Amino acid sequence: MSAEAYPPAIPPAATPKAAPPNPMEARQRHAAQLATHLKEAARDRRVEFALGTLAAGALALIAAMLVTVLVNAWPSFSTNGLAWFGPGSGANGDPVVQFRAMQTGTALPGHPLLYFRAWPLIWGTLLSTFGAVAIALVVSTFAAIFLAEFAPAPVRRVLEPVVRLLAGVPSVIYGLVGLLLIAPWVDGLISTPRKESVQYVVQLNGSCLLTATLVLTVMIVPTMITLTYGALAAVPPAWREGSVALGVNRWRTIQRVSLRAARPAIVSAMVFSTARAVGEAIMLAMVGGGRPFAPNLLDGLTVFYEPIQPLAASIAKEFGGNPNTPIGHTASAIGAVLLFSVALLSLAAWAVRQPLKRYGIGI
Amino acid sequence: MATAEPTLTPPRAAIARPRRESTASWPLVDRLAYWLCWAVGIGLCVIAVGIVLFMFIKGISALRPSLFVESPATGALQERHSGGFKDPLIGTFILTAIGIAIALPLGVGIAVWMVEYARPRWLMRTVESAIEMIAGVPSIVLALFGLLLFARPLFSFLSGSANNGAVTGQSFLIAGIMMGVLAIPLVVGATREALLQLPARLREASYALGKTRATTVRRVLLPSIRPGIASGAVLGMGRIIGDTAILVILLPYLKLEGAGGAPLLSALRGTGTTLTYYIYYYAPTGDGNSPKKAFAAGFVLLMIVLALNALVTRLTLRSSGERAAARNIVQRVWAWEMWPWSR
Repeated sequence: MSAEAYPPAIPPAATPKAAPPNPMEARQRHAAQLATHLKEAARDRRVEFALGTLAAGALALIAAMLVTVLVNAWPSFSTNGLAWFGPGSGANGDPVVQFRAMQTGTALPGHPLLYFRAWPLIWGTLLSTFGAVAIALVVSTFAAIFLAEFAPAPVRRVLEPVVRLLAGVPSVIYGLVGLLLIAPWVDGLISTPRKESVQYVVQLNGSCLLTATLVLTVMIVPTMITLTYGALAAVPPAWREGSVALGVNRWRTIQRVSLRAARPAIVSAMVFSTARAVGEAIMLAMVGGGRPFAPNLLDGLTVFYEPIQPLAASIAKEFGGNPNTPIGHTASAIGAVLLFSVALLSLAAWAVRQPLKRYGIGI
Repeated sequence: MATAEPTLTPPRAAIARPRRESTASWPLVDRLAYWLCWAVGIGLCVIAVGIVLFMFIKGISALRPSLFVESPATGALQERHSGGFKDPLIGTFILTAIGIAIALPLGVGIAVWMVEYARPRWLMRTVESAIEMIAGVPSIVLALFGLLLFARPLFSFLSGSANNGAVTGQSFLIAGIMMGVLAIPLVVGATREALLQLPARLREASYALGKTRATTVRRVLLPSIRPGIASGAVLGMGRIIGDTAILVILLPYLKLEGAGGAPLLSALRGTGTTLTYYIYYYAPTGDGNSPKKAFAAGFVLLMIVLALNALVTRLTLRSSGERAAARNIVQRVWAWEMWPWSR
């Protein structure tokens, strides 16, 4: 491009004859520009303040949630004390009996109306969550390695939408599939002697710990795959290439270099899915067996076929809709426990992710 | 590969294939792990296909056109008299609209603040953690919080009243607000990612022209991250449509019912439900116990979710086209070499 072409020459005749410079006018123009500038700057500050307030609103929301739920949960906690978390004893130790008592408004003999022992629910939550997260950890690590390293492009193009689809299926549909497809299958696995061996304690049908854990695994696996895959893909290629150049085979390279670099991300994904699994209510209320039973580890393999009703599912099943009733206070107490577990878990996830930032691998 | 018989086709020397590395030299454990990767990948596809097929077969056999136009009849004892899911379908659309109308402006605003302003720094970090925590809060607890917060006389304008005059705290508006809270982390995440991926030259050019940050955001940044915002909105809609726990507590009514007053406001302050709660109600564990209805509604719900999924895929593909092109070549070559069928 030649120098004459740009800027285009302005024909001098076209411009009107400039007026003689007026110092007053120049000063006024300057003042007007300054005013516009100040006005815009003030507007920018107002926008910043408004958006900052909006962002701080997220903090206020968390605080309001903690306070509101805790305040309504207080009657239940103060009535039961630390025994709230423990197992009940005798005929009144069953949460079913306690829930019915609160719903009908007739206190159990020898106990206050708010009497509640949550151990069977907590135990059910722990079992299903740990089972699902343990299986999901293995499955998602292999799947993420497959996506990041081994899968040929056509397979990856299929598998990525599949993972997204599995993440997007509503929990109620997982519940329906679990209830009408997996549960009958699991029911077929239980032998009649096994059913008879515990028939005076609990009825075994396919809706049980095993079914709930399996479906829960499928629900949390996609998130874990996505997070792990992201971290594996973010490992600097030079690290892996260096390892391969030294003659290490591809799998060992992944195991010793990629996985090790992505370890914080994997732990963080695990923590995040634990929060998801703890908070899942609807699917577990559907396939858990519908009875707050604490599976007994002394039953041997039968433990997998015993029903569970985790904490979140109990709110969905038992809470009637009026928060200012005994059942409302108990539901709030369960909600408060869930809220605190999630808060602790997200704190853990944050702490675990810090080493990643050193390498510039964010997730 | 040496063949004993001469073939008629000439040797195809022109095609340059990468030299394949065979897994034969690997230790047995490594080979097992490699095949396990394939097994897991195929297993995931089988599970997804299984779920979709199961819902398709059961859903199509249960689906009748009349289900779309009939309201649910709760008192019916026989299944064929219990009506369709017209009301829940309408409720799904109302609730999604309210939820996304709340989540979109708030989420985009928070994301813009986190990326473009972010002062003071500690507040930004705290807000980041707060958004993460909101994403982790179980929706059943969110529903409980909504009920505790809004079932008081102060908020009587948001919901109807029970017979005894107490505020119920159950309405489309309240459930919609909670659905908005549910969707905010997704909108924030997508908007933030899109903003962080924008090249610095866009901002620099705008600032060089003397524009303020507010103007830059509105005139330059937001228009160029429209696909990112859209995919965040669609993800949020998917989350809202799929959630059941909030409905169980805040809107467990099969039929649409207004709360009185102006027509639109009456519907919004009134009660109803969505497809997810309809499925929950008619599942064998629910009060309705009529699996056919549940499957029919589940099929429709899955269709909506699949459509939203396809939309997200299209949006993200378009927005990250550049990234996909710049993907690590070595990795792609490796992947090709490791394809067991090409052995």
